[in-house]
This record gives sequence, structure tokens and C-alpha cells, in this order.
Amino acid sequence: MCGIVGLMIRNPALRDRLGEWARPMLIGMTERGPDSAGIAVFTEPLPEGRRKLSLHAPDGFDWAPLARELGPEVELAVRANHAIATTSRDPASLRAQLKAAFPQVHVLSAGRAIDLYKDVGTPAEIADKYGLAGLSGTHLVAHTRMATESAVTPENAHPYTAGEDWCLVHNGSLSNPNSLRRKLEPLGIAFDGDCDTEAACRWLEWRMREGDTLEQALRRGFDELDGFYTFLMGSADALAIVRDGFACKPALVAETDDWVAIASEYRSLAHLPGVEGARLYEPQPERIYAWRAAA
Amino acid sequence: MNAAVDAATRVFDLRAVPLREVNRFLHSDLGGVREVRIEHPDGAHSIAVGMDAPVHVDIVGHAGYYAAGMNKHADVVVHGNAGPGVAENMMSGTVRVKGFASVSAAASARGGLLVVEGDCGLRCGISLKGADVVVGGSVGSFSMFMAQAGRLVVCGDAGDALGDSLYEAVIYVRGEVKSLGADARFEDMTEADVAAVAHLLARAGLDHDPRRFRRIASARSLYHWNVDANQEY
Repeated sequence: MCGIVGLMIRNPALRDRLGEWARPMLIGMTERGPDSAGIAVFTEPLPEGRRKLSLHAPDGFDWAPLARELGPEVELAVRANHAIATTSRDPASLRAQLKAAFPQVHVLSAGRAIDLYKDVGTPAEIADKYGLAGLSGTHLVAHTRMATESAVTPENAHPYTAGEDWCLVHNGSLSNPNSLRRKLEPLGIAFDGDCDTEAACRWLEWRMREGDTLEQALRRGFDELDGFYTFLMGSADALAIVRDGFACKPALVAETDDWVAIASEYRSLAHLPGVEGARLYEPQPERIYAWRAAA
Repeated sequence: MNAAVDAATRVFDLRAVPLREVNRFLHSDLGGVREVRIEHPDGAHSIAVGMDAPVHVDIVGHAGYYAAGMNKHADVVVHGNAGPGVAENMMSGTVRVKGFASVSAAASARGGLLVVEGDCGLRCGISLKGADVVVGGSVGSFSMFMAQAGRLVVCGDAGDALGDSLYEAVIYVRGEVKSLGADARFEDMTEADVAAVAHLLARAGLDHDPRRFRRIASARSLYHWNVDANQEY
């Protein structure tokens, strides 16, 4: 079991409320996922040529030597075990430098819009450790995890990312993650952990890099991704959800003019302002729902 | 409102009172209480499960998993949507959902009546064992899978694999059926079927012509092992 949470603010005047409204949504899914939690926030994108990387380090990590190693070309904003490194450098060289000098530091995400926080602990602990209530942006994707198929570690927490400005959270289980992985690794696609979800995330990102639209990739996924799933996905300007044909894993959407909210259960939507008047529905199986962030 | 009416009604606010306390009250000797109103359910699970008294319960808002599960004798109304497994294993009484119901509504229910005024998700009436279910809207795929006894009336459409591996339960659908499951087949409506649908619609308070419904029941070809079937059904 796991809990999924998504929120997109349609009314630009309310974007400062994103984290504040999402915090009780995440905590509302604690019983579905008490082990670990994670949040991907999509902000206004950085200018072309700038990139940000979300980094995660083990408890007690001293960030000062890392800041010195990266030098003045990289701005580092540190919060607990997490830091956002912003730079005009080529992200691939920055990743390589980090991997060589600080192998214990994990790159959680990269892009112009995404910031990613994930860790082991209850949703309330994670929300407070990383200041979820104070985060603003256009939309976010979050997850609470009850592990069923791989260890409880920060790397195995969701959201998963691949490429740039792309993330996915999963409620369910896949039965063919290893065959997907065997297909992707010879193409040079490296994996961080051993969670089944990572295979789906990297497979979809690979399909989109090969030219599929998200819709085409997900349609192909109905044949290629074997198992039970509700996937909630985020990109720089979109939020999307899809459920497998059996729809064993729950999801509920609430829409108003001001926001679109998605959660595994109504418990996580009940506090939202205006939810009494929201249009509520369950996503149909094998139907793709996507919402674009207002420019 | 006079004193007798006051004493017969109890109101609980789930934002102020723990659900366990409310359910414990519902399971206690209710004395003269005839009506219970539960406010701010906010999607909580297992509201009014295990009722065993002829009392009216109003759930004012959206309920989570298993609302009114195992109901016996009570008349429960969800003034909103219901999560998975509403009225699962109901024994008697009535449960009404004013909005939509998620998956597995009335799963394994043995008796009583579930009315869902909106749509139902997948697997509505799965393994039904004798209850009646009336759905004002449509039902999702795999509804009435392995249903053994009881009736499902669908005023809208049905998804894929309706009535797969049915036993003696019967389904009536007014709209389109996307596909039938293994061993399910359309059968002619008899006058007894029309009367049954009319009666259930009346109980549900839904106004449709019972002659517009089609009957689906088991062809009973799965009742006996067929060595030549080669696992193809």
C-alpha cells in the first residue's frame, strides 16, 4: 500500500499556498504509507541554460566541503539532509564531479523547474524536516510509502525521476521491473535503486526521449508495464495520472477553478478550501488524465 | 422540536469525536435513539460498520472505505460519495449513497438493499451472496464477478466482463453492456423479471420503465468441469 498526492494551483495568485495546502494532504496519507515520503515541487522554471539539482546526503553530512569542491559556479541552498545546487554548468559534468568526490551524495532530480525532497520517516516528519508548508510553485507530486518489494531507504522512496523535470510516484506493484531494466540498461540508462517504480519511471522517460508524447508512452505502457498501478506524474508544466485496467489502486480527483487536487483517498482532500464545491471523480482505468499549469 | 424527538436523535461531529467512540455508541444498547447523524466524515474509513439495530444513520459528507459494512437492520444514508467496499458483507437493512461509490460496492453482501444514486466503480457486487443492489448510474468492469445470489439493477451502462463466472445471481441493465464475462448471457425478460425490476426501482426511488431493462444470468456451463475446454472460457 502507498499514498499518492498531487496538487496543481490553477490561479497564479494562489501559488504561495501550494506547500501549505499540500502538507495536510501528505499527512492524510500516513496510514497508507508510514515508512518514507517524498515531494517533488515544480517552480517557475529557471532561465534557459540554468539548471538545479536536488541532492540528498546521509545523516550528519557536512555540506561545507562539498560547497568548496563545487566552487562559486554552483549556488547551494541546504536544508537538513538536502540541498539544491543551482548552476549554469553542464549538469552531466556536475553529476560526475559529485559522484567522484562525494559518492554518498545522491542526485535526486535535475531540471529547470523541479525540486525534490524524499527521505525515510513519517509523512509529518518529512514535511516538517523539509519545510513543505513553506514551499511554493505551480504544482507538486508527493508520495507516502509502505514498502512491499524493496528496502526502506531514502533512494527507494518516491518520487522517482529520470532525465530532466520529470517525476513519477506509484501506488501498486509491477511484476516485470527486472525485464524492463534489462531492456534499458544496455541503452546506457543507469538505475539508482532496486524499486520496481524506478523501472516504470525510466522506461516512460526513455519512450518520451525517443519521441513519444506522454500519452503515447503511457498507451504503450499498457502492454509493456505489467502489474498494478496508479501512476501520478509531474513535468515542468503538467500533472498527469493513469490507472491500470483493473484499477485496484485508488485515486480521487477534485477540481475547482483555483486548483486540481489528486489523492488516493478523500481523507487527503477534505481540508482543501472550496472542496465542498469541487467536481469529484475517480479516474477511469486505462484513461490518461493530464492538466497543464497556467503560464 | 419536542423532548421526545430530541432524545431519539444523536449527533456526532467526527472532527471532534473519534470514530471509534461513534461506532462503539452505535454498537451499544441505543435505548430510545432512532436517528444518528454523523457530521464531517471527511472520508474516514469504517463509519457505521457492524450495525445491528433498526436505527437510521445519516453520514453527512463523503465516507471512506467500508462504510456501513456488515450492516444488519440499520438504514444508513451517505449524503456524499462512498469509498471502496461500501455495504460489504451487508446482512440486512438498507444503505443508500447519494453520490458515487468506489470499487467493490456490496462485495459479498448476503441481504438487504444497497442503492447508489450515482455511478459505481469496478467490481460492483463482486461475490454477491443474496443482497439487492440498485445503481442509478453506471457500473465499472468486472461487476458481479462470481456473484452467487441476489440481484443487481443498473440504470446506466456496464463495463467489461459483466457477470463473469456468475452463479445464481441475476443482473438487469438498462443501458449498454460493454462486454459480458465468461458464462454470462442475455436472457429474455419474463413478467416476473419486470415485476422484480419495478419493485427494486420503486424501493430505490428511481423512475425508469422496467421493460427497458435486459436480463443477464449464468449459462451454467462452468458449473461442471469440462475436460475438453482446454482452459479456454
